[in-house]
Amino acid sequence: MTSPFTPGIAAGRLSAEEVARNFADLHGPYDAHEAAVAADRCYFCHDAPCITACPTEIDIPLFIRQISTGQPEAAARTIFEQNILGGMCARVCPTEQLCEEACVREAAEGKPVEIGRLQRHATDSLMARQGHPFDRAPETGKRVAVVGAGPAGLACAHRLAMHGHSVTLYEAREKPGGLNEYGIAAYKTVGGYAEREVAWLLGIGGITLETGTALGRELSLESLRAEFDAVFLGVGLGGVNALMAEGADKDGVEDAVAFIADLRQSVDLTTLPVGRNVVVIGGGMTAVDAAVQSKLLGAESVTIAYRRSREKMGASRYEQDLAASKGVRILANVMPVAVHGTGAAAEIELEYTAETENGLTGTGERLRLPADQVFRAIGQTLTPVDGLEMDGRKLRVSGTGRTSVPGVWAGGDCTPGEDLTVVAVAEGRDAAEDIHAQLMG
Amino acid sequence: MADLTTDFVGITSPNPFWLASAPPTDKEYNVRRAFEAGWGGVVWKTLGEAGPPIVNVNGPRYGVVYGADRRVLGLNNIELITDRPLETNLEEIARVKADYPDRAMIVSIMVPCEEESWKNILARVKETGADGIELNFGCPHGMSERGMGSAVGQVPEYIEMVTRWCKTYYDKPVIVKLTPNITDIRYPARAAHNGGADAVSLINTVSSITSVNLDTMSPEPSIDGKGSHGGYCGPAVKPIAMNMVAEIARDPETRGLPISGIGGVTTWRDAAEFMSLGAGNVQVCTAAMTYGFRIVEEMKRGLSQWMDEKGYARTSDFIGRAVPNVTDWQYLNLNYVTKARIDQDACIKCGRCYAACEDTSHQAIAMKPGRVFEVIDAECVACNLCVDVCPVENCITMEELAPGTVDPRTGKTVVADYANWTTHPNNPMARAAE
Repeated sequence: MTSPFTPGIAAGRLSAEEVARNFADLHGPYDAHEAAVAADRCYFCHDAPCITACPTEIDIPLFIRQISTGQPEAAARTIFEQNILGGMCARVCPTEQLCEEACVREAAEGKPVEIGRLQRHATDSLMARQGHPFDRAPETGKRVAVVGAGPAGLACAHRLAMHGHSVTLYEAREKPGGLNEYGIAAYKTVGGYAEREVAWLLGIGGITLETGTALGRELSLESLRAEFDAVFLGVGLGGVNALMAEGADKDGVEDAVAFIADLRQSVDLTTLPVGRNVVVIGGGMTAVDAAVQSKLLGAESVTIAYRRSREKMGASRYEQDLAASKGVRILANVMPVAVHGTGAAAEIELEYTAETENGLTGTGERLRLPADQVFRAIGQTLTPVDGLEMDGRKLRVSGTGRTSVPGVWAGGDCTPGEDLTVVAVAEGRDAAEDIHAQLMG
Repeated sequence: MADLTTDFVGITSPNPFWLASAPPTDKEYNVRRAFEAGWGGVVWKTLGEAGPPIVNVNGPRYGVVYGADRRVLGLNNIELITDRPLETNLEEIARVKADYPDRAMIVSIMVPCEEESWKNILARVKETGADGIELNFGCPHGMSERGMGSAVGQVPEYIEMVTRWCKTYYDKPVIVKLTPNITDIRYPARAAHNGGADAVSLINTVSSITSVNLDTMSPEPSIDGKGSHGGYCGPAVKPIAMNMVAEIARDPETRGLPISGIGGVTTWRDAAEFMSLGAGNVQVCTAAMTYGFRIVEEMKRGLSQWMDEKGYARTSDFIGRAVPNVTDWQYLNLNYVTKARIDQDACIKCGRCYAACEDTSHQAIAMKPGRVFEVIDAECVACNLCVDVCPVENCITMEELAPGTVDPRTGKTVVADYANWTTHPNNPMARAAE
């Protein structure tokens, strides 16, 4: 019988019951009374810092007040006016670094108003009890292509459709949703939420979804520009950075994003293989999501190996603590040197690092960890789009998402700025407003 | 250790916490539980005339106003006086009093405004051995439409008349319970005093509609789709009650008349406040109905602790201590100048002081970069709104300007002398200081 101690990479390390428990909702929904009590803690601040801290600038004190006066659906409308993916953001936003970090009660007592959970209460209420809350403006006759049905593309498409434009939404994968569907830890978005949310969003009407259609494959920027009045690119980051270490081509060395995508699409997690000893290389959210879920699938030991100090990890302290609470070991200031094993990975060799004036250097001291499975979570890269200027490793855009080519906008992870769902939503929405202004101007 | 024993119109109880005439005091069973829990006395739920029992509604009797987390801030009720037979109540009162001789047992009464009715029931009450009676002139619903309760309490002449009958036919203390549903509480208090009352108790409940069901468009509590005004009580009415107590305490015509304070007493502090304003003891209902009888323990321990801290050996040491400080507006010192001060270390930068001042008051708080809020002395009239709305205790305080300093708002030097409106030059009625 398979167990956490079964050597190599194997499925079914835990029973179905254990797996179900491990992948249950990380933070369960509030009931109405819990929400009322939580809402009552909001001070309704003047020029509230939480609004400023929210990339989509949701009027948080207003929606919380609407919850406290018994109208969660009205609260949801306040949220959706600014952020049509407010339901997903309530689940996946690093609120501890955004609205809740800015909450004055965080400063006062180290216990912010639980804005994320309140937002979920509101958005869940509306989505459970009503249809789509917004009406489309009369048809404008304008047609816009949105490439990529991730958070940026969805937000852009929705806003354009609401203004009466006809949108064709192209998605390279089989399902829309982008990282909401294929990334993100499963316990943050249980019950097929990402899929339901997209279906609900499309309820605005005026959006034609074309899946399995990718830029550079079935589509070219030239043809899109010729066919549509405007183009928005929310193509995300398609590539994954390679691991520069000896033996990195061995079996068992995989991309964390692919592992997470497989996990998200798995209908039975007990059939998903995971190593006995897992090492995740990286320090961001993808690293944490891969590590924690490996542990929850039944890996005996899981280590996150990060080359800089813990303070520099992309994952928030909250996420680091979450990982630690699930039994993940976080090893900071180590870099991979080699993966050892005959054919398949069996061990990883790491070298301690020091941050010096000349940058990060190895100290010469090394250690080896057993590793049947090594996940690369060292960042994703943009596949360049022909004809568009770059800004470092991303597409160059103006404040409202205009690229270097007239008629082409972009937003989300393929453009500069933080790679967060909520940032992508803001960029998609703002680009839509700019496109609308230009098309109607 | 402070002595909580309280003498109220000659009735001694081991502490000043009585249960008010209400559902908690309707039966022997409840009252025995109350005494076991440590209450100093009870006012038995109001007795009516012998005859067919009172009929109550068979749907909900109470409505509620909630604060945060469903904390009960106010209750209202449409229950009537006792609906049990007079004989049963009288037997129970006698039994309980005999078993608890050290506790105060007061019998609340409400019968029609006829001398014979009062004479008859007083004779029966006398037989129970109760320590005194309380005349229910306050109930605002149900009985008032029959010419009793607040229908009597709103006519000072009736109060005086009935009180006099009671003093004629009953030889123990007579407490007159007053309704707040009147313009000036001093008039019924004076009437009770003139009728020979030993004390007044107040307030009875306030006429009220607590809420409306917006689906059925019926007031709550709803009886088959209709509602009626009920009597409001609980923490929400405490400020109204305390003002009325103080008005009677400082009225030259009723000064010295013992007062039993009622209205939202929930903690020892509430009791201490009522008593400082002249109440000789307090009566409690809503707090007991919300939390059960055990809350009296906190009240007793809390009052005792506070008295020890303040050096009060017995309740009479502090009863009425705040009364001399209750005055009319025209006598307030206009030379007393304060300014709001914000403790920047305590400030959590919520900005509520700013919103309140900027939108609704005097534009006397500046919002500076970094969400730093500072008082503009030249605009601050010291209204206290910022203090009141600040969620952090003692973050904003009112600080007195020392005599000799200049108030930047008025440009005038603060003087140490007391001066009030009666002598102010802007007062057309001002008498010359000389």
